[in-house]
Amino acid sequence: MSLPDVLPAPRELTLTGGHDKSGAPECAALAFRVGEITALLGPTGSGKSRLLSDIESLAAGDTPSGRTLLLDGRPPTDDERFELQGRLVAQITQNMNFVLDMGVLDFLIAHAESRNAPEPAAAAVRVLAAANELAGEPFAERTQLTQLSGGQSRALMIADTALLSTSPVLLIDEIENAGVDKTQALALLLKSEKIIVMATHDPVLALSAHRRLVVENGAVRHVLARTEAETSTLKRLAGMEAEFSRIRAALRVGGEIR
Amino acid sequence: MRLVTVAGPPSCGKTSVIVHACRHLLAGGTPCAVIKFDCLKSRDATAYEAAGVPVSVALSGGLCPDHFYATNLEEAFAWARGTGAQTCVIETAGLCNRCSPHIRGLLAICVIDNLMGIDAPEKIGPMLRLADLVCVTKGDLVSQAEREVYRHRIRQMNARAVIRHVNGLTGQGCQDLSRILALAPEAGENLTDRKLRFAMPAAVCSYCLSEMRIGGRYQKGNVKKAVFAQSHGTQLLDNAPGETEDGDVPS
Ligand SMILES: Nc1nc2c(ncn2[C@@H]2O[C@H](COP(=O)(O)OP(=O)(O)OP(=O)(O)O)[C@@H](O)[C@H]2O)c(=O)[nH]1
Ligand SMILES: Nc1ncnc2c1ncn2[C@@H]1O[C@H](COP(=O)(O)OP(=O)(O)OP(=O)(O)O)[C@@H](O)[C@H]1O
Ligand SMILES: [Mg+2]
Ligand SMILES: [Mg+2]
Ligand SMILES: [Zn+2]
Ligand SMILES: [Zn+2]
Repeated sequence: MSLPDVLPAPRELTLTGGHDKSGAPECAALAFRVGEITALLGPTGSGKSRLLSDIESLAAGDTPSGRTLLLDGRPPTDDERFELQGRLVAQITQNMNFVLDMGVLDFLIAHAESRNAPEPAAAAVRVLAAANELAGEPFAERTQLTQLSGGQSRALMIADTALLSTSPVLLIDEIENAGVDKTQALALLLKSEKIIVMATHDPVLALSAHRRLVVENGAVRHVLARTEAETSTLKRLAGMEAEFSRIRAALRVGGEIR
Repeated sequence: MRLVTVAGPPSCGKTSVIVHACRHLLAGGTPCAVIKFDCLKSRDATAYEAAGVPVSVALSGGLCPDHFYATNLEEAFAWARGTGAQTCVIETAGLCNRCSPHIRGLLAICVIDNLMGIDAPEKIGPMLRLADLVCVTKGDLVSQAEREVYRHRIRQMNARAVIRHVNGLTGQGCQDLSRILALAPEAGENLTDRKLRFAMPAAVCSYCLSEMRIGGRYQKGNVKKAVFAQSHGTQLLDNAPGETEDGDVPS
């Protein structure tokens, strides 16, 4: 019962409107297209992560929000659901810790094997190197996953997703809380043409998206396309960010700011 | 009546998952019943009752849980039929934890969670190896990469089972599971003359008969002495109970 290596990649995902936490219906269906970045905004607990899980699990009216996911306009058949489960979507969750009792390199090799990578050991080494680029304090091949700090764990998850995943959809949950350089992390993740949806509280990340969905009480309330004015705001904010990063980096290594 | 055996280590989420699946079956008009085989104590009945599923709990107490299970199957089945159920689920924590309750020709499910350690799929042995469907729970608590590596390990232990990720808390994936349950093979009128997929451990030593003292002189009957020596790598059991590797799976 082996799965096909090449996915029948959908060009468009649609989430049909579900209902909010009080049972009131959500606005119309939402489409997500290849090459488009969508940001999810909304207060804590409003249901951003829920919406990401609905996509990840190919929701079929069986999740708390009652949404259904359509691939290229139609619900997947049972066979397609089965083939796509766990393969359609690559996900960076809010999860900050590993629980598996394995060393970092063994884990990466096992993961590369499970993804049918041609040279698992070489792939694992590349992921480790990329993770160490992102993480503040580098970690070694033999370090246990469970001993990694929150930031190191997140760096490893991001590098692993960026380099080992072939999934056509990428879901990112609050990458700004990762304790890693978010701009660098995003750049690593955005390399390929995918459908990208990211939940965020960060203005720079929110404005980096082509489109913003605002979630309230469990349902999407507003859909906003990025305006020209917002694009220039983004430029300004990105400049400020760069200044922030420069000063943070200097402070971290004991520098003096003049 | 259709009969399904569900086995998995303690607290892996069996009840949570079965409750969700039974809710879907009930909503679709299929009456269900559950029998829980356990050792000392079980609170599972409350969860099933709350979902409106008739449940009977059988506790083995001081007896070998495996033998207790095997000797009570016919009666368990008769009870479930008496409730008017069309689908009956037998939940066990894998009996002594290394056995398998699965029955030839009937749907066999193993539930395992993502938190048990990377060697768990290998350790729990027959209940996973002889399952037709493996439900992996608690994926919400680990990263995607961990889920994939874990699934890969499960696949290495059981090359033919269908593997599904389900969530015992939200019920995600349980609707699919209920569809599979609805297609489970019919068991007919009773279980008489059906065969287990895995032989129960041989027993009947003095400890089976309530002996409590430690020492060679108290040990009578079917006794096996281990060899203790410094060892490396995997230890194989030299007298593993017979396994029906022919695997006759309902497809
Ligand atoms: N986070 C999370 N928790 C879960 C999931 N499935 C079950 N649980 C929790 O795990 C605990 C044990 O679940 P049960 O369904 O009672 O497990 P069981 O296998 O029936 O346990 P025994 O019958 O006692 O062996 C409960 O607290 C559940 O809420 C899941 O998918 N995710
Ligand atoms: N439409 C809905 N109906 C019922 N429950 C919902 C709905 N949407 C979300 N929930 C539930 O609300 C809770 C909080 O949602 P979620 O974790 O998605 O919030 P969040 O926006 O990601 O918050 P944070 O910013 O803190 O990460 C979850 O238990 C989720 O399952
Ligand atoms: Mg969230
Ligand atoms: Mg239980
Ligand atoms: Zn046993
Ligand atoms: Zn004995």
